[in-house]
Amino acid sequence: MATDPIHQFQIVNFFPVAKVGGTEIAFTNSAAFMVAAVVIITAFLLAGAASRAMVPGRLQSAAELVYEFVATTIRSTAGAEGMRFFPFVFTLFTFILTVNLIGLIPYTFTVTSHIIVTLALALTVFFTVLIYGLYRHGLHFFGLFAPKGIPVYILPLIVCIEILSFLSRPISHSVRLFANMLAGHITLKVFASFIAMLGSAGIIGVAGATLPLALVIGLTALELLVAFLQAYVFAILTCIYLNDAIHPGH
Amino acid sequence: MADGTRDKGERQEPPDDEAALSARLKRLGDRIAQAKEPSERGDDTRQTTDASGMARGFRLSTELVAGVLVGAGLGWLLDRWLGISPWGLIVFLLLGFAAGVLNVMRAAGIVRDPTVND
Repeated sequence: MATDPIHQFQIVNFFPVAKVGGTEIAFTNSAAFMVAAVVIITAFLLAGAASRAMVPGRLQSAAELVYEFVATTIRSTAGAEGMRFFPFVFTLFTFILTVNLIGLIPYTFTVTSHIIVTLALALTVFFTVLIYGLYRHGLHFFGLFAPKGIPVYILPLIVCIEILSFLSRPISHSVRLFANMLAGHITLKVFASFIAMLGSAGIIGVAGATLPLALVIGLTALELLVAFLQAYVFAILTCIYLNDAIHPGH
Repeated sequence: MADGTRDKGERQEPPDDEAALSARLKRLGDRIAQAKEPSERGDDTRQTTDASGMARGFRLSTELVAGVLVGAGLGWLLDRWLGISPWGLIVFLLLGFAAGVLNVMRAAGIVRDPTVND
């Protein structure tokens, strides 16, 4: 067993899929876990919706709970009009949540611990906001950068700052999820390797190893919370950004 | 705002009878309850989970870092394209810092985001 805490984030190529230019595109362990997440979500929702009972069973209740949760989040942050983005936000939320939760199982790979994945998700949100905002409001969308009631002489400065603030969104959006998952998994791994190291150091070591063991148990619970919280934060920020596209600059 | 001015007007006239006094007491009780509610809710969330506080702190720090990074990146690119090194980097780093601070204040709810609520 590798004690290197970074080893768990290694990308392993399974088999090549295509070749673009000089770069070979391979089916990696990351891709495999994404596919697994999609399969799990689909199976969960299909099984939940299969019975269509008036009085829902356990699975149907869970599926309805997820639906209601995302729908309430969208309605409260982006308004009723935001519901047209429901499939998008629901997909993001369930995908990130499932991928995070799968990553908590030992010996699995955490897809969201790679910034390229989270950045791709954040950029999808960013360009959705930009394109939909321009499509819906035309150039009026750029009114987002000029808040009302600002004196004319500092307006250029404010517009510059607002544009930078807007451009920084995908970065903070993606780094938050990525760094949380990366840091959490490294911490878990480091403390777990303490158990193995202490445990091999005689009877006193075994007694001492209970301390990091207790910590790892606590950290696992914390990571479970973080996995959910970060998926929720990602979804709610998506809603807030979409709200800008729907109602720019009041 | 409107409540404050109305109450100031009421305070000047003396409480002439029991009914008016009890009505005013009731109104005061309602307003205290109303004012108490959000602060109590805030206390609850702060006590229940350290993790949500950590997530909040994390969110604020990433907002600041993202602003500075974008400013620096944009300034560097402008330097390269326009050949005005190092002025683009200097100006946009400062602007990026300002944008980062603005992001943080918005995320913390100190500055009202003009786009979120109308």
